[in-house]
Amino acid sequence: MQATYILWLRQIIKYWRSKPRIFASLAQPLLFLVAFGYGFGPVFAKGGGGSYINFLAPGIIGMGIIFSAMFAGIEVIWDRQFGFLKETLVAPVSRFSIALGRTLGGATIATFQGIVVFFLSMLFGFKPSHISSLPLLLVAMFAIATLFTALGTAIAVRMRDMQAFPIIMNFIMMPLFFLSGALFPLEGLSKGMTAFIKWNPLSYGIDAIRGLLSGVYHFNLTTDIWTIVLAAVIALIVATELFSKIEA
Amino acid sequence: MEDAVLVKNLTKKFGKFTAVDDISFSVPQGSIFAFLGPNGAGKTTTIKILTTLLDKTSGSASVCGHDVAHHKKVVRKSFGICFQDQSLDDDLTAFENMDFHGALYGLSKSVRRKKMDELLALVDLSDRKKDLVRNYSGGMKRRLELARSLLHEPKILFLDEPTLGLDPQTRNHIWDYIKKLSSDHGMTIFFTTHYMEEASRMADHIAIIDHGRIIENGTPDDLIARSGAENLEDAFLKLTGESIRDDGAGALDGLRQGMRVWAGKK
Repeated sequence: MQATYILWLRQIIKYWRSKPRIFASLAQPLLFLVAFGYGFGPVFAKGGGGSYINFLAPGIIGMGIIFSAMFAGIEVIWDRQFGFLKETLVAPVSRFSIALGRTLGGATIATFQGIVVFFLSMLFGFKPSHISSLPLLLVAMFAIATLFTALGTAIAVRMRDMQAFPIIMNFIMMPLFFLSGALFPLEGLSKGMTAFIKWNPLSYGIDAIRGLLSGVYHFNLTTDIWTIVLAAVIALIVATELFSKIEA
Repeated sequence: MEDAVLVKNLTKKFGKFTAVDDISFSVPQGSIFAFLGPNGAGKTTTIKILTTLLDKTSGSASVCGHDVAHHKKVVRKSFGICFQDQSLDDDLTAFENMDFHGALYGLSKSVRRKKMDELLALVDLSDRKKDLVRNYSGGMKRRLELARSLLHEPKILFLDEPTLGLDPQTRNHIWDYIKKLSSDHGMTIFFTTHYMEEASRMADHIAIIDHGRIIENGTPDDLIARSGAENLEDAFLKLTGESIRDDGAGALDGLRQGMRVWAGKK
């Protein structure tokens, strides 16, 4: 327990000390919010969809979460490169508690980033119309964060070079993000796209955030929360299992 | 007296490459043991197996009476290690690096804070403990790693090239700490080095490993006498040859492996 707490704390301290990282990881979501929000706003309104910023902001909050989460997971590669990983691997604690601390630390940071994006998007004109449950909103955000930190960890455990990071971004993160309903409504799409979206756990996470902030769901709240929590738990188990097999 | 390290027929293969080839040796408790060999000879691999970072392919190894493959947790509690390349977190302060280590080893806050004060004083870092480690010099980092590895009062200390890249002053300091630990606390010291003079001055016992096999084993004087050399450096060169080695499993190792297989078939 102490080991899990210490590794969680380490992530938080490191995050807090790295101000450039905080700002850099907020820049991308904000760019999307401004470029897409103001760019597609008029078309969206003409098509009868109402305020695009209001539709888009929950997706961008999700984006803020998944990118910092994935980055936190990938840190295993950094720690391997710069040696700290060995220090934890020779300690008399289970690999499970190490992986758990790291993942929860990364997830906490990512959730915090999501909250920051939420407030920033309000500065850019986002008006949440119907905040039904703040605790559930946090659950949804933390579940998305855990899912993607665990995913990042699972990938990083199997990889040794940092150069592969952009490739992961392009081949895993972008499709999951673009085809999650973060940017456009899920109604009336082609069959193939609908199928992908249905199997993408992030779709449910985004839907939960959007629903909890607007009252309108594509799926429904129960399905959303259970799907994303279940996906997070499975990813966490897989990541800790892979992490426990690490050889330095 | 019980052996602090006992290795029997230990072998480690990476695919087709044999990094450690059927080695056996022991290190008596409380002694200072030097594990020498050219680059890529199998030293670090052996240390990684002894410190539970790698699993062996066959044979057995125990540290402080516990098998490293089956009693990982007890073994991990019993040793401290300074790695060849640093394992500190640069983004944390010296204090935090120490404190987190203590917490990982299950020490309560009051116990670890008291121990930390002692150890940081021992390595002369007390007044820099609030600095981020990234601002430390190489020698300071090494001293901090040493202090950290002692925090949980290990019975045996593994030092993988503890003085590599350090100036003579720092090297002497580090060795003073290490000798003090050995004489005052009866701590077993297991170290590797490329400085032969250091090994012959500090070690009670020496084992020389090359191509994954132990080729000599004994006190520094024994080794020098047996090889008919003037000093340990000459003895080392006589035993391991003059050719320059590649680090790790490079092309030469592959070639060597091929030749060994071929020789075996003949």
